[in-house]
Amino acid sequence: MSALTDLSLADALTGLAAKDFSARELATAHVEAVAAASTLNAFVVETPERALADAEASDARRARGEALPLDGIPLAIKDLFCTKGIRTTAASRILGDFTPTYESTVTSQLWRDGAVMLGKLNLDEFAMGSSNETSAFGPVKNPWRRTGDTAVLVPGGSSGGSAAAVAARLCLGATGTDTGGSIRQPAAFTGIVGIKPTYGRCSRWGIVAFASSLDQAGPMTRTVTDAALMLRSMAGHDPKDSTSANRAVPDYTKALTGDVRGLKIGIPKEYRIEGVPAEIGRLWEQGIEWLKAAGAEIREISLPHTSQSLPTYYIVAPAEASSNLARYDGVRFGARQPGRTLPEMYEKTRGAGFGREVRRRILIGTYVLSAGYYDAYYLKAQKVRSLIARDFTEAYKEVDAILAPATPSAAFAAGEKSADPLAMYLNDVFTVTANLAGLPALAVPAGLNSQGLPLGLQVIGRAFDEETVLRIGHVIEKAAAFTARPDNWWRV
Amino acid sequence: MARESAAATVIEGATGPWEMVIGLEVHAQVVSVSKLFSGAPTVFGAEPNTQVSLIDAGFPGMLPVINEVCIAQAVRTGLGLQAQINLHSVFDRKNYFYADLPQGYQISQYLQPIVGMGSMIIDLADGTSRTVGITRLHLEQDAGKSLHDQHPSLSYIDLNRAGIALMEIVSEPDMRSAEEAGAYVKKLRTILRYLGTCDGNMEEGSMRADVNVSVRRPGEPYGTRCEIKNVNSVRYVMQAIEVEARRQIDILEAGGKIAQETRLFDPGRGETRSMRSKEEAHDYRYFPDPDLLPLILDPAFVEALKADLPELPDAKKARFVADYGLSPYDAGVLVADRASADFYEAVAKGRDARLAANWVTGDFFASLNSQGWTIETSPITADHLRELIDLITDGTLSGRLAKEVFEVMVETHQAPGQIVEERGLRQVTDTGAIEAAITAVMGANADKVAQYRSGKDKLFGFFVGQVMKQTEGKANPAAVNELLLTMLKG
Repeated sequence: MSALTDLSLADALTGLAAKDFSARELATAHVEAVAAASTLNAFVVETPERALADAEASDARRARGEALPLDGIPLAIKDLFCTKGIRTTAASRILGDFTPTYESTVTSQLWRDGAVMLGKLNLDEFAMGSSNETSAFGPVKNPWRRTGDTAVLVPGGSSGGSAAAVAARLCLGATGTDTGGSIRQPAAFTGIVGIKPTYGRCSRWGIVAFASSLDQAGPMTRTVTDAALMLRSMAGHDPKDSTSANRAVPDYTKALTGDVRGLKIGIPKEYRIEGVPAEIGRLWEQGIEWLKAAGAEIREISLPHTSQSLPTYYIVAPAEASSNLARYDGVRFGARQPGRTLPEMYEKTRGAGFGREVRRRILIGTYVLSAGYYDAYYLKAQKVRSLIARDFTEAYKEVDAILAPATPSAAFAAGEKSADPLAMYLNDVFTVTANLAGLPALAVPAGLNSQGLPLGLQVIGRAFDEETVLRIGHVIEKAAAFTARPDNWWRV
Repeated sequence: MARESAAATVIEGATGPWEMVIGLEVHAQVVSVSKLFSGAPTVFGAEPNTQVSLIDAGFPGMLPVINEVCIAQAVRTGLGLQAQINLHSVFDRKNYFYADLPQGYQISQYLQPIVGMGSMIIDLADGTSRTVGITRLHLEQDAGKSLHDQHPSLSYIDLNRAGIALMEIVSEPDMRSAEEAGAYVKKLRTILRYLGTCDGNMEEGSMRADVNVSVRRPGEPYGTRCEIKNVNSVRYVMQAIEVEARRQIDILEAGGKIAQETRLFDPGRGETRSMRSKEEAHDYRYFPDPDLLPLILDPAFVEALKADLPELPDAKKARFVADYGLSPYDAGVLVADRASADFYEAVAKGRDARLAANWVTGDFFASLNSQGWTIETSPITADHLRELIDLITDGTLSGRLAKEVFEVMVETHQAPGQIVEERGLRQVTDTGAIEAAITAVMGANADKVAQYRSGKDKLFGFFVGQVMKQTEGKANPAAVNELLLTMLKG
């Protein structure tokens, strides 16, 4: 392994600025790492030529003294972001060899700021899943394994390729998207940092939609500082997305002061859920102690509608998905299965193109929006969603941020839960609330469990207060001094 | 709605009288440069699939952004229909699959439309007026067009129309005859054209109507209705209503029941046909579009649009009657079209208003018809007509001569003054010349003069004719009459 791939994004920027190495050298090291890690199946599309071309352009800019904020930083992109001229799959067969003629706003801002494109990352099909096992391109393997055990673990999902690639040092950072925990859960499963920003913070334009009112893009990195650097480029108002917020983007690294003295941190009592392993509870207690020691004030709070979050999420998200995925009909782009009639073409195309989990969610979503069921399910869920958001509004009268576990367990084994959708859905229990309420939430690695697997803590903040979330996450990161890393078992 | 007499709208069936109940949903294409949620142009008649953005084509990751112009147009239309403007409205997704519906849903407004209750006055042929309630107006996207006749086994899709803004304007079931429904569509079209919010060109599909028809015994509750989809002319709306009401009456009189269903009107065969039953109706799974925030209008935005509204036909008609002394009928004819009304006012300015109305609604409109001109393309301008009226008023032209001059104007497109000069069509009002002509006529017809003087008054007409002949028709008829009377008396 080249040392260049071990650098944090921030340190790589420093090294590039100091001419310790070139962007081309940095890109080459990562391209090689990607090529050597095919066992992980983290990438759907690799773009080594593009990476080297980007890197050379970056070196030229830097030589002219025109370096950009992320100049020369090799990143990989969750394959839910449309990328101009590069096949975009959403990990679904239905998109066929769809190659967009346009670039998503978030990725175009990363390239605008000088980042280098390594390729497109595997994910759960249409971002529907918590283990990256629903991908049409096969599951992603978690770089982490239990101590003394070679069993393959899932990297979490849906941003499983992103998490695996960052954890395995295949890129310095990756984009993810988070609809119900799809950034934070895989980040926790792989010992990295992931932030789901406030809904509206990053433009959704050009990102294949799963559930429009919940989807939000965010960075996945190995440090909180790296997340702050990447988020600054990804965020910002986009007139092409009506739900994007017209607010200035701060320099998030300035928020990383290390000082949380006087901050009030809420501990939601409803997050103490029966059946969650004791080690999760212990980690949470540890987090509380770290923040207390750093001068924060800990308060127990109540988020009374927490138990309704998962059912609400699993109505709202499939409902929107059932409509968002209607456009994949074989008429204008993607894969088409011929039929003698239009309905037959639809049935064959969608039957062959969508995997089981996607089909399941389309069916659920169609059901809850149907005449006679709408009031009982979708409308009720929207009402509960408002109550969940109000829980947070009330809580934020007392506290500045909330500390919670990121996931109810460490990474589980491949195949362990894929036959039981409900068990799989329970993975989102700590994460969906932030999506339903539209709030920023960060997962930060905080320790290892008894089997040597990473566990994450979650910080949830006020709307558009990513700065406080990052500041607290940064303090936890320091206190946890998380230096564990997976060994290179996958490397060929 | 108030109704002086139901008698006129009752249909006699074999078993007694029936009454039609009609409500209309009119889809009016919004006049705007670009589509409701994308920047693609809306020009009619372009090559297939040349006016399509990635948003219109439903590509992955594409998002709608509301076109403010379309919002303003809907609000203006609502104001023109005396309707409530809802400052909070919501765009919903209407989900269904069809090859020319790229997103798999149509963005529309379901429970919270931008415009609520309003009303419209319709004018009927017998000179009476009625008020028809407007239930609501909402904005929605149009779908694309499927072309089934381009290939033996495939359908082609043209998405130029996909995403263009439509206003769906829903009436209350307030109409009781095909005539009323026809008058409603025409009046609505007039108002939309005045506002400039829809061009009203039904033949291009800019306006289409879904017609809801039921029948009942007078005074009884509403019967079961059928909806006739996509009727694209005023004439067909009226025909469809007549045949559909007759169909329903025949069923009911034979002891049958009306099935609630969607039907299509076939003008060729003069019948409506079932398209789908209530059971086959789509479940559209409406829900608020999560890609769009609720539409909140600033009251000041609405006020500004209100202040900027043009004078609408009803107000204009009332003003024409009051200020110009026109008959309600003439005023109605003139205001039916904003260009006609503007043309008339240009002609009437500072002139005899009723004379101007006679010329505009009479010879001028006739010339448009016979020549295939419109007001915009007519070579005869308002200035020409003003000049003509001036020539009549100052006595240069008699009414008869003026008509002659107008005919030349239609042919040569010349100004009336020029025609009068070139062709010497000037009316003779010089009493000396007329006296000379009369003297000559009297001299040549001494016997008739004697007969007249002995009491044969009827001969007066003969003398008028002779004098006019003598003056080649240019003599001022009034002057001829006056002088003849005096001179014949002797």
